[in-house]
Amino acid sequence: MVRSQPLAFSKSPISLTLGLCLGGGLLLACLLGSVLLGAADIAPGTVWQAIFQFDGSTEHLIIRTVRLPRAILAVVVGAALAVAGAITQGLTRNPLAAPDILGINVGAALAMVLAVFLRGSGGSYVGFAFGGAAIAAITVYWLGSMGRSGLTPLKLVIAGAALSYLLSSLTTGILILSQRTLDEIRFWLAGSLAGQDIAAIMPILPYIAVGLVGSLALGRQLTLMGLGEDVAQGLGLNTGWVKVAAAIMVVLLAGSAVALAGPIGFVGLVVPHVVRFAVGVDYRWILPYSMIAGGILLSVADTVARLVIRPQELPVGIMTALVGAPFFIYLARSKIKR
Amino acid sequence: MSTTKPWLSIRPRQFPLSFRVDRRVPLVLASLVVIALLSLVFNVSQGEYPVPPLEVVKTILGFSASPDYAFVVNTLRLPRALVALLVGMGLATAGTILQGITRNPLAAPEIIGINSGASLVAVALIVLFPQVAVGWLPIAAFLGGLGAAIAIYLLAWNGGSSPIRLILVGIGLTSLTGAFTSLMITFGNIYNVSQALVWLTGSVYGRSWEHLWPLLPWLGVFLPLTLVLARDLDTLNLGDNLAQGLGSRVEGTRSLLLLCTVALAGASVATAGNVGFVGLMAPHLARQMVGPAHIGLVPVAALTGACIVELADLVGRLAFAPIELPCGVITAVIGTPYFLWLLCRDGRRPAS
Repeated sequence: MVRSQPLAFSKSPISLTLGLCLGGGLLLACLLGSVLLGAADIAPGTVWQAIFQFDGSTEHLIIRTVRLPRAILAVVVGAALAVAGAITQGLTRNPLAAPDILGINVGAALAMVLAVFLRGSGGSYVGFAFGGAAIAAITVYWLGSMGRSGLTPLKLVIAGAALSYLLSSLTTGILILSQRTLDEIRFWLAGSLAGQDIAAIMPILPYIAVGLVGSLALGRQLTLMGLGEDVAQGLGLNTGWVKVAAAIMVVLLAGSAVALAGPIGFVGLVVPHVVRFAVGVDYRWILPYSMIAGGILLSVADTVARLVIRPQELPVGIMTALVGAPFFIYLARSKIKR
Repeated sequence: MSTTKPWLSIRPRQFPLSFRVDRRVPLVLASLVVIALLSLVFNVSQGEYPVPPLEVVKTILGFSASPDYAFVVNTLRLPRALVALLVGMGLATAGTILQGITRNPLAAPEIIGINSGASLVAVALIVLFPQVAVGWLPIAAFLGGLGAAIAIYLLAWNGGSSPIRLILVGIGLTSLTGAFTSLMITFGNIYNVSQALVWLTGSVYGRSWEHLWPLLPWLGVFLPLTLVLARDLDTLNLGDNLAQGLGSRVEGTRSLLLLCTVALAGASVATAGNVGFVGLMAPHLARQMVGPAHIGLVPVAALTGACIVELADLVGRLAFAPIELPCGVITAVIGTPYFLWLLCRDGRRPAS
C-alpha cells in the first residue's frame, strides 16, 4: 500500500471489478433467497415458472404479488439508503453522518404524515417526502454550521439527533390528533417492507434510478472533496456545485427510500464503513460497492426478519437498528478523539 | 434592590448547619412555588367539566359542598396534576446533577440514554409480566436506568471523559434500547402493549393516586440527599484534580450522585414515561436565575422543572381539546430548539 499518495489504489482495478461482479452475483442470490424463503417455502423451479409461465395458482400468485415485489423493494431501498449514506459521509467528511442520523429520513417521514393528515390518503406522496428531506437537510446543515467553530462533524451529528427528536415528536403529535392518519400510516411508519404493491413501487423507481446514476457520476468529485475543501478547490473543483449536486442526490435517494419503506435506520451508516474497509478511499469504487452491499444487507435483514419467528415477522427497521446502533457506538468510541 | 453582598449566609444557632446561598434564591424560590401552585390549580380547574379555580382550592382543602367537584378534583385531576409536578422535579434534579458531575451543559438523563434504559425495562415489565403491581415499576425503571448509566460510563468515560463522546454514545444507546422497546411492543399481548404505549409517549394521562404513592418515597429520599451533596457537586465542578486537592472523595461522591440521578430519573420515567428535555432545560433556566452554586440551584431547578411539566400538560390538554397531546410532545417542541441553541452557542461562556 502506498501511503504517500492518498488516491493510490490499495487494490488493482481488475480485482475491484471482479469483486463488484462477485457482489452482484451475491446480490442476485440474496434476491432469490428472499423470494424462496418465508412463511411457506417455495421451490426454485416454481419461481421460474411463476415469472415466465404464470398459471394463476396460489403459489404463483404469492410469488408475483408478495414475494417478488418485496424482494425487489428490499434491494432497491437498501441500495438507495447505502449510497445516500456514502455521499453524506463523503460530503461532510464525517464518519458518523448518514441520512437517518442527520434527521433527513425523519423529515421525509414527517412530511408524508403531514400530507396524509391534510389531504387524506390516495395519490402520491413522494413529492412531500422529497420536500421534507430537503428541508431537514438544509436545516441540519444550517444548525450544524452555526456558532463560532463553524461546521464541525460532531455538532452536525448532535444537531441531527436533536432535529430527529423534534420531528418525531411532531409526528407523534399529529398521529395522536388524527386517528385516521394513524390507521393509514402506522404500518409504514415502523419501517417495513411488507405489504407493498408493485403498482405502488413503480412510480418511485425512476427517482431512485436517477439518484443512483447521478451519485455514481459524482464519485470522482467526492473523492477529491475527501482531501479537504481547500485542496479540492486548488485542484480545480467547483466545490459549491458538487455540494449542491450531492445534496440533491441524497434528498432524492433518502426521500424515495422513506416513501417506499418508511424510516429504516442505520443502513446508510454501516454500509459505507464496511465498504471503505474493503475498497479504500476512492468514491468511484465506494459508491457502486455501497449500492450492492446496501441491497444485500437489507435483503438479508428482511429475509432473516421473516424467518426468525415465522409465521410472524419482525419489522426490518428493528433488525437494522439492532445491528446498527452498536456499530454507531463503536464508531463514536473509535473515531471521535477529543 | 441593593445587592451589597451577593451571598446570603445561613447559620441557625440551634442546628450544626451552615451554608450560603445566592441572594436571589429566596425570592426566586418563593415566586416559583407560587407559579407552580397557580398552574396546578389552573390545570385542575380546566377540562371538559370546568371547576372554578376558587372551588378547586376549597375542594382540595376539604371545604367544598359539592360532591361532583370533590370527585372531579380529588379523584380525577388532582393526582394527575401532582404527578406532573413531582415528575418535573425528579427529571430536573436528575438533569442538574448530571450536568454538574459531567461538567457538560448538554448532558441530561434523556439525552445520554438513562431514560430510554429505564423505559425499556419498564416496558418489558408491563408487556412480559402484566400481573406485577404498578408499585414495582419505579424499581424496574431504576434498574434499567442504572444499567444504561453503567453502560454509558464504561463505553464513554473510560480513558478521559469527552463530553461530546458521552452524548454520541448516549445517542447510540438510545437507538439500541429503542429498538428493543419496539421489539417488545411488536410482540406483546395487544392489551398490555396499548397500556405500554400510552405510558411510553411521555404523558401524565390517567395517572391516579396509585401511581403517585410509589413515586413519592423516591423523591422523598433522593431530593434531600441531593441537597446534602450539593456542596460536593460544587467541588466536583472545579475539576477532578482540584476537587481532590480540596479533600473531596471524588469517585465515591460521584458514584453517589450518579445513583441519585438514576433513581430520580428512573422513578420519574416509571411514572410518566419519557418526558423529554425537562432535565436539560430546567437546570439552565435555573442557572440563569440564581447562578451556579448548587445549594440554591438544585431546589430552583427542581421547581422550574415542576412548572415546565405542569404547564406543558396544561397546554397539551387545552391546545387541541378535546384531544389531548402528551406533555412529552410539548416539552420536546419547546426543548429541542433550546437544546440546539445551547449547542450552537458553542462554549462562548464556560459550561456553568
